[in-house]
Amino acid sequence: MSFKTAVLLLPLLFTSLIIGLSIINLSACNIYIRVGTGFLQRFQSTLVVAEHNNDKLTPITLNAITAASKLGGEVSCLVAGTDCAKVVEQISKVQGVKKVLVAQHDSYKGSLPEELTPLILATQKQFSFTHICAGASAFGKNLLPRVAAKLDVAPVSDIIEIKSPDTFVRTIYAGNALSTVKCNESVKVFTVRGTSFEAASTEGGNATSENVAPSSPTGISEWLEQSLTKSDRPELTSAKVVVSGGRGLKSGENFKLLYDLADKLNAAVGASRAAVDAGFVPNDMQVGQTGKIVAPELYIAVGISGAIQHLAGMKDSKTIVAINKDPEAPIFQVADYGLVADLFKAVPEMTEALSK
Amino acid sequence: MSGRVLVGVKRVIDYAVKIRVKPDNSGVVTDGVKHSMNPFCEIAVEEAVKLKEKKLIKEVVAVSCGPQQAQETIRTALAMGADRGIHVEVSGKDYDALGPLQVSKILAALAKKEEAQLIILGKQAIDDDCNQTGQMTAALLDWPQGTFASEVSLEGDKVKVLREIDGGLETIKINTPAVVTADLRLNTPRYATLPNIMKAKKKKIVNVKPADLGVDVTSRLEILRVDDPPQRQAGVKVETVEDLVGKLKEAGRI
Ligand SMILES: Cc1cc2nc3c(=O)[nH]c(=O)nc-3n(C[C@H](O)[C@H](O)[C@H](O)COP(=O)(O)OP(=O)(O)OC[C@H]3O[C@@H](n4cnc5c(N)ncnc54)[C@H](O)[C@@H]3O)c2cc1C
Repeated sequence: MSFKTAVLLLPLLFTSLIIGLSIINLSACNIYIRVGTGFLQRFQSTLVVAEHNNDKLTPITLNAITAASKLGGEVSCLVAGTDCAKVVEQISKVQGVKKVLVAQHDSYKGSLPEELTPLILATQKQFSFTHICAGASAFGKNLLPRVAAKLDVAPVSDIIEIKSPDTFVRTIYAGNALSTVKCNESVKVFTVRGTSFEAASTEGGNATSENVAPSSPTGISEWLEQSLTKSDRPELTSAKVVVSGGRGLKSGENFKLLYDLADKLNAAVGASRAAVDAGFVPNDMQVGQTGKIVAPELYIAVGISGAIQHLAGMKDSKTIVAINKDPEAPIFQVADYGLVADLFKAVPEMTEALSK
Repeated sequence: MSGRVLVGVKRVIDYAVKIRVKPDNSGVVTDGVKHSMNPFCEIAVEEAVKLKEKKLIKEVVAVSCGPQQAQETIRTALAMGADRGIHVEVSGKDYDALGPLQVSKILAALAKKEEAQLIILGKQAIDDDCNQTGQMTAALLDWPQGTFASEVSLEGDKVKVLREIDGGLETIKINTPAVVTADLRLNTPRYATLPNIMKAKKKKIVNVKPADLGVDVTSRLEILRVDDPPQRQAGVKVETVEDLVGKLKEAGRI
């Protein structure tokens, strides 16, 4: 036996030894295995809290599943809602998901965190996950910190990279610094930046599903209604092309120029805070530190100066185009292609050029 | 409802400052850098003061956790119309490691001690960008939460909250006591006038330590390092729309 094979076999030997020992320990769910790197690590198991509307899985859940798969352990998904069948079917086929846990009850209407938290805690008690995560959407941001506090652990928000099962990278100061954090909590609770992880494939998976007992309703909050912005355009955070407008558009009517251009590019339309505050477009179109984070293949910023807070939401786009009449606008510092021009002339021209 | 509102205010590097990462990668340079109240906290204070002006609540208490300078931030809240302040003093290494979990424990303890009916916080701090403290405070108290609020109305012993969600807006109704976190569009914070700044000097700020509240501030999160984000390659200026479209086609983007 060569030295090399001996080295290769050694960890294997340890593995069986340790697994052998831990069988006695199984009930405590602390299975220790020797992994390739030679570190003794707790066996990973991750719960992804699925976001959906009782009909469709929200795309960011697929990015969260990819992040969860990177941890190396088994991935389970929790689907809680008033009518889960369709979503359970979708998620069972997603690659990388081993088990779907299903909790159907009327009290999960509107995905209120007061109702979902006890359910997640009960699920955690039953399965002892090492990691609990969700996409860093309004849903995930609302829910996961509540779960973490109940577990008495510090959560990690909006991670962009997983270095190891306990070490994550996230941005701070509106994306102007990257912070590498080591989480020494017994359970790692985190949200995942959708644009930083590929979407898991929606085919080829073959997960089993299992019902979990719904928690008893707490009844301290009530969901009344929602008004969603309707649009035929692709969804902002997952669109390949985004056309965004700022204060330079001057009015809501003028945004039509951008919709026309977007239609030619099959693009989603975004906005700066100034455009939202001025009432040109609804708030859910805001891109930035405090709006949505996008990273499309092409981002076209029209009449946007490029404030720190706006850049935070689009700086990771593959190609950035800026159309602005002010050559000093900070947006030109991040733009791959910059056109110093009056948008009212340039945008219709561009739409025209794309019609040919 | 005619109770007391607790507002959390955080002192952060001013939003207009271009931050610098320390050469030893231990964090961001804060010494000698302009600080001010986190913009979302200003919105929270404004909302609390408005509720008081409408006589829907009787007292607004501003709380900040941090070193000595946190008192300036509390003073600002007092000048905006808060009635009194509580400075929870945390400094040195404890302050460097102070995160949402510790702050929420402090706020939860104060909410009980002060018998607050409502806690209003900003939805996130623009330095750590966590967006956690409100949710965690609500959890620790077992109160409901109305996060990312763009409209808040008190209806008897309930609060109706219009929330900003990914696809638009939603309305929820939550029991009091409750925690609300403010989004940008909740209101436009007022400027403190000189007479109000003078008056604020007479308002009281009490100083407490986390230990006085029975809160252990140990953190199990370790910042290993802080880096600059990757820099983008310099781009080119194009002269015409035609040129732009040509370049994008060449690059395979359209
Ligand atoms: C706490 C906080 C959070 C924030 N969060 C966000 C966020 O998430 N997203 C966000 O976008 N902002 C955010 N902001 C606001 C941000 O600081 C800027 O104020 C905002 O991004 C400016 O929007 P703008 O670029 O559209 O407007 P402006 O800065 O006014 O820029 C307008 C641009 O349009 C150009 N222009 C005008 N007319 C024409 C024309 N005819 N043709 C061509 N160009 C023209 C001008 O040259 C100018 O560069 C936040 C601010 C704070 C304090």
